[in-house]
Amino acid sequence: MWPDQVHRELAAAGVRLVGYVPDAGHKRLIELCQADKAMRAVVLSTEEEGIGLAAGAWLGGQKSALLMQSSGVGNVINVLGTLKVCRFPLVMVITMRGEAGEFNSWQVPMGQASAAVMQAMGVEVRRAERAEDVAPLVKLALQKDTAQAVLVAQRVIGIKSFQEQSDQ
Amino acid sequence: MKPTLRRREVVRSLLKDRKNLLVIAGLGSTAWDITAAGDADLSFPLWGAMGQAAMIGLGLALAQPRRRVLVITGDGEMLMGIGALATIGVQQPKNLTVAVIDNERYGETGMQETHTAHGVDLAAVAKGCGFRNSKVIRKMESLHSIVHKLPGPNFLQIKVSAEKLPLVLPPQDGVALQERFRAALLADVLAEKR
Repeated sequence: MWPDQVHRELAAAGVRLVGYVPDAGHKRLIELCQADKAMRAVVLSTEEEGIGLAAGAWLGGQKSALLMQSSGVGNVINVLGTLKVCRFPLVMVITMRGEAGEFNSWQVPMGQASAAVMQAMGVEVRRAERAEDVAPLVKLALQKDTAQAVLVAQRVIGIKSFQEQSDQ
Repeated sequence: MKPTLRRREVVRSLLKDRKNLLVIAGLGSTAWDITAAGDADLSFPLWGAMGQAAMIGLGLALAQPRRRVLVITGDGEMLMGIGALATIGVQQPKNLTVAVIDNERYGETGMQETHTAHGVDLAAVAKGCGFRNSKVIRKMESLHSIVHKLPGPNFLQIKVSAEKLPLVLPPQDGVALQERFRAALLADVLAEKR
């Protein structure tokens, strides 16, 4: 499963701090990070806090990662500028909404804009269309010393309805 | 009751005998305040990222659990990222103190009143979020042992008078600021390990 592979890449790269705002698509990866005694999973009240957390961690000598859903991209735009100006490294793993299979039309605008918004703020963006592509892209992102985003296409997550989401 | 404390004196006192204290300052007046007290490699003054000072302090405190971390920020900056208090409350970093220099104003934009001028009680919010110690400071007192020893997370809401002061600007190059901070801290940490 891709979350297990991504968790292994984070651990191998020495990531100790993982900020997250929960998303159904990240459920498994969040659980793996919480269960890993070498990692600290930090629940955030908004995605923006994950950027501050990462900046502070880097000042303290640690690499970190941020897990969020595409709607969270809108909450981090201004502070992405800080990652660029100060050259703080950060890997963001973003599960997409508003794509093929979306059941909630309110998720569509931010999902459609996510990649463009991040690129406009200087984040390198790569997209996994298949489950087997996620971990290799995360591994690549972890080797860089700037802000990196890996988008996980909604069809990789495969949730089609509110009922399936709440049954998870 | 009009506050009588003066922000530059308060900040100078917070940074007195700082030794290897790690300091994050929120953008605007508090970044100028820490610079007026003496720029240092282990100070990270922000020029942007409004609302993130406390979270940067949390990331740093979690990455360096054996070092003390002090965030000095303004009331407007803290209000913009008020959810950070809840996030810090969950993590309970013992080595973190957040000091809000509260002049009840947005100082850089024309001294407009913030929420704290209308009774919003940040110290009560911090307490409600699970900070181990949280207090409002209205008179000059030594805060050294809180910043350097008291197990946190600690929150200080320091009421100061609303005054416009001469700008004392820190370096603005973000890459240089983060590199000097890491170089100083990580060299220190390595030396301690030897």
